[in-house]
Amino acid sequence: MKGTQDHAALAEAFNKDEDRVDWHDGALWWIRQKRDRSANQTPQWEELREAASAIKSNVISNLHDYLLQFEENLKRNGVKVYWAADAEEHNQIIYKILSEKNINQMVKSKSMLTEECHLNEYLAERGIDVINSDLGEYIQQIDNEPPSHIVLPCIHKKKEEIGELFHEHLGTEKGLSDPTLLTRVARKHLRNVFMTRRAALTGVNFAVAETGEYVVCTNEGNADMGAHLCEVQIASMGLEKIVPERKHLGVFLRLLARSAIGQPITIYSSHFRKPRPGQEMHLVLVDKGRSALLARPDFRDSLKCIKCGGCMNTCPVYRKSGGLSYHNTISGPIGAILAPNLDMKKHADLPFASTLCGSCSNVCPVKIPIHDQLYKWRQVIVKEGYSASRKTFSMKAMALTLSSPEIYKTAGKTGRWILNHAPFAINNKFNPWYKQREMPDSPKQSFGEWYAKNGSKS
Amino acid sequence: MSSRDSILAAVLKNQPPLTSLPDISGFKVPEEDLVEKYKDTFSGIGGIVYSAANMEAVKNHIRENFDTGKRIVSTLPALSDVAEFCSASVEPHSFEDVELAIIEARLAVAENGAVWLTEEVMGHRIIPYISQHLAVVVDESVIVSTMHEAYAKIADEEYGFGGFIGGPSKTADIEQALVLGAHGPLSMTVYLIK
Repeated sequence: MKGTQDHAALAEAFNKDEDRVDWHDGALWWIRQKRDRSANQTPQWEELREAASAIKSNVISNLHDYLLQFEENLKRNGVKVYWAADAEEHNQIIYKILSEKNINQMVKSKSMLTEECHLNEYLAERGIDVINSDLGEYIQQIDNEPPSHIVLPCIHKKKEEIGELFHEHLGTEKGLSDPTLLTRVARKHLRNVFMTRRAALTGVNFAVAETGEYVVCTNEGNADMGAHLCEVQIASMGLEKIVPERKHLGVFLRLLARSAIGQPITIYSSHFRKPRPGQEMHLVLVDKGRSALLARPDFRDSLKCIKCGGCMNTCPVYRKSGGLSYHNTISGPIGAILAPNLDMKKHADLPFASTLCGSCSNVCPVKIPIHDQLYKWRQVIVKEGYSASRKTFSMKAMALTLSSPEIYKTAGKTGRWILNHAPFAINNKFNPWYKQREMPDSPKQSFGEWYAKNGSKS
Repeated sequence: MSSRDSILAAVLKNQPPLTSLPDISGFKVPEEDLVEKYKDTFSGIGGIVYSAANMEAVKNHIRENFDTGKRIVSTLPALSDVAEFCSASVEPHSFEDVELAIIEARLAVAENGAVWLTEEVMGHRIIPYISQHLAVVVDESVIVSTMHEAYAKIADEEYGFGGFIGGPSKTADIEQALVLGAHGPLSMTVYLIK
């Protein structure tokens, strides 16, 4: 477990293999370009983003009433509703539903929430086996690794590595790495899983307060295979997934897949409203820090996120450091602004894993000012005393230098002298700024010195 | 206090002042040939589009392009001589061996190629997902331009389950290589009827 290392250390390890970094960078940039083509072909794209953002603002401002309305409609539709304050309560609820039915095997489609809750581990300890059915998540599960991307869980893996995993776990021929053949093997194996599981859990992309229906989006069809074959259907959702009315789905479904992978819509956008005859349907509403996030005016807009992953694909730091270096279920820029709300100490490094270039905010379909929030989280983290000691020390030294003209002048002079006469004192591996950088040539004099000499001439 | 009550109390206490919902009635696309647009989009996503004069033509296409020796199911009475009728009252697992399912959609969307299906037209919820191949009959007159028009049509529709399906099941999880046929159908054919 790499749990004790921060983003910088994990990114450094990822950066050792330069070819892999270039390949990873290129794969994600290609998806970003597909997103651009798709967005540019959609009339009124910017107005769509505005509308989505405004709908989500309304949801955040009226969440209490929408949740009550959603709950009432769920019950009317014959769905059992549960509320969970945190991961522990969520996991207990799921365990209780399953154990009451004597179910010890479940199939699960993609749900970042249950990953965050470590549901699979919790159930495994109690004798219940869970299989992740999204192909990328399945691959990550058999490799005992968390997803590195919320939409493309194994984007960091090479096909040969996946072939090796399939050889070990599914008995494929050694050396088989053709994506189509590997997908066919997984299809066959997971069909058998779908056919034999009495319970299926899905995440929720959108929940309509007006009708009590919830929408699950996939490209693979795995959520539907699980849900329509099982006798106990469970959905876990964060409180913020609400949309007010059915017609608002039009805005979000137009944006989601285009922003994620440049596709006009996910292949499957399934609207679950009532259980089929003989089936039970359960829905768990999970808080897990969301109500607390509502109380942070600078950060509450992050609750608008529809989990498209667009900010990850465009982020230069994500592309070159890999999702796993964020040591959090949700990685990349959006993960870096969501995680500190849950545990500021543990995730103090994440808002610093950014160049603040703003590309994330520019592609976000719901217009979350991600880079502003990254900047603001840095301030909160330093103020609360959670920043890395080396960083705090250098920031304090800089604040002192900038606040005193005398120290500033002396420091500038000393710095220029060192760069000109003893560059090895700066250009060494003990200076984190020197890594992957060339230091600039230093001017002989400061602007102040130049002005003192030349300023009076004109 | 139960978790429900404490969560709702915290939400009420912390939510910001009410903001209004935006007007979303202004999303229009320029005049276009919806049938041509639909065909382009759907084939671009990996689907197969076939313009058929009538159900006879559909039947002929099925006989020529699918393995009629295997199990074919449909909810369309007009196809009873090539397909067995699928019923909602049987066990979903019994459809595991379906090679081809042919159903009818009453709504299709030009901007993304998706068709809207409710469980009534599916026959059984599992049908369009479990069959190896999916074919959908669409009358050209039911194609709308965008998702906004689609939701305007289904605004008050009552259903227990409904879904948009926009092509064959797909994945690109292994090195971004596109593979059609992840867990659902390997192919999806849309028969456009004039």
